[in-house]
Amino acid sequence: MTAPQQPNSFRTGPDERGHFGIYGGRFVAETLMPLILELEKAYAAAKADPEFKREMDGHLKNYVGRPSPLYLAERLTAHFGGAKIYFKREDLNHTGAHKVNNVLGQIMLAKRMGKPRVIAETGAGMHGVATATMCAKFGLDCVVFMGALDVARQQPNVLRMRALGAEVRPVESGAKTLKDAMNEALRDWVTNVGDTFYCIGTVAGPHPYPMMVRDFQCIIGDETRVQMQEAEGRLPDSLLACIGGGSNAMGLFHPFLDDRNVEIYGVEAAGHGLKSKHAASVAGGRPGVLHGNRTYLLMDADGQIEEAHSISAGLDYPGIGPEHAWLADLGRVKFLSATDKEALAAFQLCSRLEGIIPALEPCHALAKLGEIAPKQLKDHLLVINLSGRGDKDLDSVAHHLGGKL
Amino acid sequence: MTTRIDQRFAALKSEGRAALVTFTMAGDPDTKTSLEILKALPKAGADVIELGMPFTDPMADGPAIQAGGLRALNAGQTMIKTLAMIRAFRKDDDATPIVLMGYYNPIYIYGVAKFLVDAKAAGVDGLIVVDLPPEEDEELCLPALKAGLNFIRLATPTTDDNRLPAVLANTSGFVYYVSITGITGSAAPDAAKVHAAVTRIKRHTKLPVAVGFGVRTAKQARAIAEGAEAVVVGSALVGALKDSLDKKGKATGKTVKAVTSLVAELAKGVRGAKQTAAK
Repeated sequence: MTAPQQPNSFRTGPDERGHFGIYGGRFVAETLMPLILELEKAYAAAKADPEFKREMDGHLKNYVGRPSPLYLAERLTAHFGGAKIYFKREDLNHTGAHKVNNVLGQIMLAKRMGKPRVIAETGAGMHGVATATMCAKFGLDCVVFMGALDVARQQPNVLRMRALGAEVRPVESGAKTLKDAMNEALRDWVTNVGDTFYCIGTVAGPHPYPMMVRDFQCIIGDETRVQMQEAEGRLPDSLLACIGGGSNAMGLFHPFLDDRNVEIYGVEAAGHGLKSKHAASVAGGRPGVLHGNRTYLLMDADGQIEEAHSISAGLDYPGIGPEHAWLADLGRVKFLSATDKEALAAFQLCSRLEGIIPALEPCHALAKLGEIAPKQLKDHLLVINLSGRGDKDLDSVAHHLGGKL
Repeated sequence: MTTRIDQRFAALKSEGRAALVTFTMAGDPDTKTSLEILKALPKAGADVIELGMPFTDPMADGPAIQAGGLRALNAGQTMIKTLAMIRAFRKDDDATPIVLMGYYNPIYIYGVAKFLVDAKAAGVDGLIVVDLPPEEDEELCLPALKAGLNFIRLATPTTDDNRLPAVLANTSGFVYYVSITGITGSAAPDAAKVHAAVTRIKRHTKLPVAVGFGVRTAKQARAIAEGAEAVVVGSALVGALKDSLDKKGKATGKTVKAVTSLVAELAKGVRGAKQTAAK
């Protein structure tokens, strides 16, 4: 296969039919198609409306607490003895992760479209918590679908969602994780098309979701540009983020895609290892069609989707956003992977050296610092997206580390 | 181009009755039993056969068909085995139309061009692929039509008059009207509403209209058949099959009969309908 031609800009996608190269698209049942077209129109109108932006900026500042700091991690920098390591502190947002940036936008859109009921799927529970939070704030009904296995391993988030007035529906089908929660959410949506808004948590699903979620998350990278200019007087040299569906990564990466000197690394979850059970769809998958889009998927020879595995519920998904798939093929984003064990080690290192307990998801990105940072000169500026805080993972980490926590 | 589907609907029109379209899952609960069921369907009263291609993530299906697909996959069903079942069926029956129904990924991974050649050669007449709306026609619909297969599209209560022409543009064989907004096997449709919807669709097309999703009994089938050219029953058949299995989910001596007797009952219902739509 020849390498795809490099575009003049990496930031103009998708095309009007939702394609990023061969990826993306709108692979949904007919019942949903009119809704998706309606959503596309409503989003385009909101995007063009200065009042929508003004209101959103107000909530981002006063409710979410943005801008999130760009923090120089001095002890980690000294520990690796190479690149200057900055954290983009998405863990400090209200609700404790980057998810809220996107959810705010979608819930404002739901309100604007007159939909009284919101559904969402969730893996680690961070997107579910963010959706429950915004539904409480905006007075909408909220139902969150969550794999029964994730309900068990992320109890604190289940309780948070319930406290916020959302109904959490455990999903017992399939592997009982994020993929199955998404199937169930789609089934609910098909059934309740009239009054329901589906708030997707990542840069995946049918067009316009990958584009819309990306746009809402781009605030991460936009702020980083400004903050790094203020701190160092120039752009960063490299960016690093974990990727499940890939919304935190896309939010950081996208504003820098056309700055060709900025190296960009996405880190997938290698679970027990790439030769065993994992969730690294670029490293171990191939293009297929699931959940409304074409993208890299983990599957068997017959096109049946395989169960992913990661210690991090938020990365435990057998696919990836279609724009990431495209960027991977073009080589603009370099894909790495980190195992469960490497993520756990990074969890401990970051907690003890920086006094920041990271979620297990960004621990996959932190785990690659040892490969990237030491090779760099001391003036190399590296930004890692610290996409969420780790309180939700303490039980799980304690369990995996035995008595060693 | 006329397919077995076109011929069958033309024949039924001259008989003045509606068709019973049955859905069963290929390989449920195992390939051998599933083939026995397939072979017994025409005699039991199925006029058109829909055969499900199992998929791990059937997003438009309810619990009954989800479970049927999982039983098939757990028993080792593959696309190759599904096509082999149809070849075996065609040895004895060259008239009953077979429509393969499922999701796109297993076809995409098999390879669209190879799939169309192999499906046509096996004796498949049409395709229903749930997650391919007209917006994605270049993927499979247009190549399938070129290969001489019917591409049957779903129209739903959310498909309004503005959108219907786009949905019908490349549809052939028949139109599958999904009688409810929902997944397979959920609430029973209201016959009066369904008839109104079929009338609306018929303003846009000359194709026969089949109605499905939620039809379980002979009585319901009859009521629907009064105002449509065909009635589709799926979840009820897959449910009857499941009820005949042993505790480990394996086929028993009752399994084939459980499906065929329900088909016979439904066929009686459909054939008893006073048909108005076809006239």
